[in-house]
Amino acid sequence: MTTIIQANNLSKVYKTGVLETTALAGVSFTIAKGEFVAIMGPSGSGKSTLMHILGALDTPTSGEYILDGENVSTLQDDELAEIRNKKIGFIFQAFNLLPRTTALQNVMLPMRYAGIPKEKRLTIAQKYLTMVGLGERLNHTSNQLSGGQQQRVAIARGLAMNPSILLADEPTGNIASNQANEVMEIFQQINEQGHTIVMITHEPDIAAHAKRIITIRDGKLVDDRKNEKQRRIKN
Amino acid sequence: MDVIETFLESLQTLTVNKLRTGLATLGIVIGIASVIALISLGQATQQTIQSQIQSLGSNLLTVQPSGQRSGTVQGAAGGGTTLTREDAKAIVTSGQITTVQTVSPEYRSQGQITAGRNNTNTQVIGATPEYATVHKTTVASGAFISERDDSGIAKVAVLGPTTVTTLFGENTNPIGQTIRINGQTITVIGVTAAKGGTGFMNQDDVVFVPLSTAQKQLFGVNYVSSIALEATSAEVMTAAQNQVGYLLLSRHKLADPTEKDFSIISQQDILNTASSTTATFTTLLSGVAAISLLVGGIGIMNIMLVTVTERTREIGLRKALGAKKKEIIMQFLFESVILTFTGGMIGIALGVSLSYLYSSFTDSLFVVSFPSILLAFAVSGGIGVLFGWYPARKASNMQPIEALRYE
Repeated sequence: MTTIIQANNLSKVYKTGVLETTALAGVSFTIAKGEFVAIMGPSGSGKSTLMHILGALDTPTSGEYILDGENVSTLQDDELAEIRNKKIGFIFQAFNLLPRTTALQNVMLPMRYAGIPKEKRLTIAQKYLTMVGLGERLNHTSNQLSGGQQQRVAIARGLAMNPSILLADEPTGNIASNQANEVMEIFQQINEQGHTIVMITHEPDIAAHAKRIITIRDGKLVDDRKNEKQRRIKN
Repeated sequence: MDVIETFLESLQTLTVNKLRTGLATLGIVIGIASVIALISLGQATQQTIQSQIQSLGSNLLTVQPSGQRSGTVQGAAGGGTTLTREDAKAIVTSGQITTVQTVSPEYRSQGQITAGRNNTNTQVIGATPEYATVHKTTVASGAFISERDDSGIAKVAVLGPTTVTTLFGENTNPIGQTIRINGQTITVIGVTAAKGGTGFMNQDDVVFVPLSTAQKQLFGVNYVSSIALEATSAEVMTAAQNQVGYLLLSRHKLADPTEKDFSIISQQDILNTASSTTATFTTLLSGVAAISLLVGGIGIMNIMLVTVTERTREIGLRKALGAKKKEIIMQFLFESVILTFTGGMIGIALGVSLSYLYSSFTDSLFVVSFPSILLAFAVSGGIGVLFGWYPARKASNMQPIEALRYE
């Protein structure tokens, strides 16, 4: 199996004046292509910091992060933007769709930054929105959609660039539990299609849908095991 | 990144908060409108003054005596008595002067004029027939002063239309009637055509008498107030000035040009002085208007800074999805440029309308200065870039994590 993520001794230290806070203290793991990994941990455990580094939103203080063969640890702002655009699909807790903008336009946005021609963007956006079950709501704006539907638009947006990993940060945190199941179902579907998913969550119920669970505490990796009892929504 | 799409997106964003967009634009509208209106107004005034001065005669040179000098005290210009009719004759007959085609010696004085029960105090000009040629004066009825009137010291007068109205009333024919100037009875033989002009420039409130009559009968002087010269063309004005200057210096037996007892003013000098005065005013007023444009620009910057702060999350998201710095900069610059450019266009329309209204309610000309409109276009766009740059840069430098966290 091909390695997609290689984290070598990642650490992150925040400095506020003379005070140093260690958010991550040397975390190492690898994630292969096609995995569905949940990263768990209580608040303050450093999982958000880890998510920022894995998402190329931030760089580690020391250690090495190799994403799909590229060393991300030392890149500059605009280079990181390109990595995020091409290799990472984000799914946020608060959905983060553009207001007053249709589902189609939201999904097309990352492709616009990649310079993909308009017709092609439209075709791809339609394809992914149909896949997440919103084929009938292409031109709805985000305030016309429920929380679960908004999160599905966000998933379609995350998939649009066919990224190396799909990075989800508490994807069910802001939606009702029945809709949360729909989202998890879609995650499992797209994982079966071969997409690599890394999901950060503090809820064991949600983590139970993943194939592998990594647990972080006090900035250190404390547990990394295969999820023997993966909870399946369908089949 | 599709530029047109970014532009349309910026346009759409601006329509969301219409009141704010409108108010931000208003500052630029007022600034541009006042600059355009004031420049148009200044140019209209300048053209009016120029046409009035040109109506005094073309290629015109005026010889005036300097103020009388007693010891080291220099009197006022034009007050001297050193210029004579003989000087004028010498200019005509001199073989050295090749650039002057008409010479008009003139005597000017204020006089009390009566006609029946009416009387007025106005300018009396002792003139020769050449006056009409040099000053482009035409008669509306009757005749102007002739060579015979002048040589015969005839007691005749030609009145300006304003003087006719004052002395004889509206729509009357004064020809053949008599008026009295300084106790002398004078017959009216003509009325000049209206030339316009107001205040000190009024060329219609005037009484012309033959120069000889003015000197010998009315005022008892033997000098002239000025000699007006018409040069053969605009190109030889300086040559004419020099030739006449040397002749008069030798006639007045002055060896040193610095001691000359006369001065020669060309019409161009007067025109230049008047133009530079109005130009100064126009510049000054436009400067004040430009300050309001600056204030408008600061308003745009302020609103853009608020927008950037309000949309921190959106910026963070865009950066997370792969927007590079220049794409964020472009997006926000488009917004500010659209604001100022729209304001500029409305301002231009408003400014042109204002100057049109002004010209239709007053007598002044309606002048649209196309360079100033082009400049206004460029300036309004430029203000958008100038004042939008800092907020746009601020947006582009936001860190995606901080921006996404922002509530």
